[in-house]
Amino acid sequence: MSAVLAEQPTRVPVLEGWFTLDEQRPHLLGSRCTTCGTYYFPKLKGFCRNPGCNGEGFEEVPLSRTGKLWSFTNAAYQPPEPYVQVDKEAFVPFTIAAVELEKEKMIVLGQVVTGTGVEALRAGLEMELVLEPLADGKLTWKWKVAA
Amino acid sequence: MHPWGKWGRNFVEYGVKAARDALADSGVNWRDVQFVSGAATIRNGYPGQVAGATFAQALGWQGAQVNTSYAACASGSQALAAARSKILSGECEVALVIGADTTPKGFLKPQPGDRPDDPDWVRFRLGITNPTYFALYARRRIEMYGDTLEDFAQVKIKNAQHGLSNLNARYRKAFSAADVAASPMVADPLRLMDICATSDGAAAIIVSSLDYARKIGRAKAPRIAAISTVTPSFASALVEMPDIATDSAVAVPAQSFRAALPKKAYEEAGIGPEDVSVAEVYDLSTALELDWIEDLQLCARGDAARLLREGVTRVGGRLPVNPSGGLACFGEAVPAQALAQVCELTWQLRGQAGERQVAHAKVGITANQGLFGHGSSVIVKN
Repeated sequence: MSAVLAEQPTRVPVLEGWFTLDEQRPHLLGSRCTTCGTYYFPKLKGFCRNPGCNGEGFEEVPLSRTGKLWSFTNAAYQPPEPYVQVDKEAFVPFTIAAVELEKEKMIVLGQVVTGTGVEALRAGLEMELVLEPLADGKLTWKWKVAA
Repeated sequence: MHPWGKWGRNFVEYGVKAARDALADSGVNWRDVQFVSGAATIRNGYPGQVAGATFAQALGWQGAQVNTSYAACASGSQALAAARSKILSGECEVALVIGADTTPKGFLKPQPGDRPDDPDWVRFRLGITNPTYFALYARRRIEMYGDTLEDFAQVKIKNAQHGLSNLNARYRKAFSAADVAASPMVADPLRLMDICATSDGAAAIIVSSLDYARKIGRAKAPRIAAISTVTPSFASALVEMPDIATDSAVAVPAQSFRAALPKKAYEEAGIGPEDVSVAEVYDLSTALELDWIEDLQLCARGDAARLLREGVTRVGGRLPVNPSGGLACFGEAVPAQALAQVCELTWQLRGQAGERQVAHAKVGITANQGLFGHGSSVIVKN
């Protein structure tokens, strides 16, 4: 595995097709029901989950890459598998954010960029989507306080 | 009940002990039980080795109708609902409902394997465990209502105090705010003492028609006035385990799942929150107890910490919450916990709760929630 990572150190997404790999302005990729307009993340196929909608057609859409911090916490204990920690002794607590996207009217969870602790956060802060590797080098989306 | 703890034995043994206790308490002979309703957990690829029939075999096959309910933490309520429906439809007169479990040490976690289509796998892959969700709700309370870490600690102190005399509780130890503050951080702002443990344990209940209860001289037994097992309504407003995002509320307004659960129960029982004298709620975390008090409409949104500070929710107060000691003292034994709540309400309504007895308890309500949108709220009244 380390040989593969050495060839592509930061470009392997942890979940294929869940987000764009644009390092400057990444987006989460969701679905939008072409009948009622409801958004879904992760992407949805088949049947719209709005009980008042018979929609079966979806378009893939990039979700808003900024939103307001709804709540936040951290993982002070190393999570169990399938979370991957290559060096088990090197676990550093990480921060987790729930961010409310205004246009899509939904809350999306994600880790917060390395180096930002809970003490730097408060509800309502404007957050921005970025890409950063997990401990095993696979790329994921993370939330960052918007500049 | 079988006392809760880490006993290292098979879940069937716990369930049978609880069932035998319930049979003895009711005076019903096992051979007379017409329906066995087992609450299941998933292990070894089977729902609790098919729990209803497994318990029936262990008690001695006697040809009863059988049912197994899997609804994660709401399994007990669903098994109870199945028994109640059988009775109300006239298909049977007396039923035994059982839930029992063993749990592994540490975090509850998904089965092994690579499953990016499984939301439970996805969130653990990203490092989002169960306490993450409890902590997001807890932090939200701090941000929105000004709740404090001291408030959360006081929930633990209260429930620990309630559980001191409860022989079925795993933890029977008083805690101070300093104890809670000294325990390791798990998911900020929640520390180890703010989050419930996992336990082995079992609970069982005999339910019958009113005619049958009269026949065996138990006409005054507490009655199940309502059981709510509703799912959330789209669009669900809170990010719920194991999902990584909420429903989008673009087309339909967002709605609270937790608030919907007791609403259905109140409607079915024909009572309101003002009639409730005692509540057993799902304190997976200390802060979550405060959320539930508001979802049960026992006070206005954001006011639960005030009730706690005023002593309203402790035994001796106007509206005791978790007199059993709650999950804080029991820990989670998944298919048993919703039934354990009903057991506690039954003892409270009969006036048999000893040192933790709520004075003049007439109406009790439970609240509990199962993974993947399983609802659970039961109202018991005299």
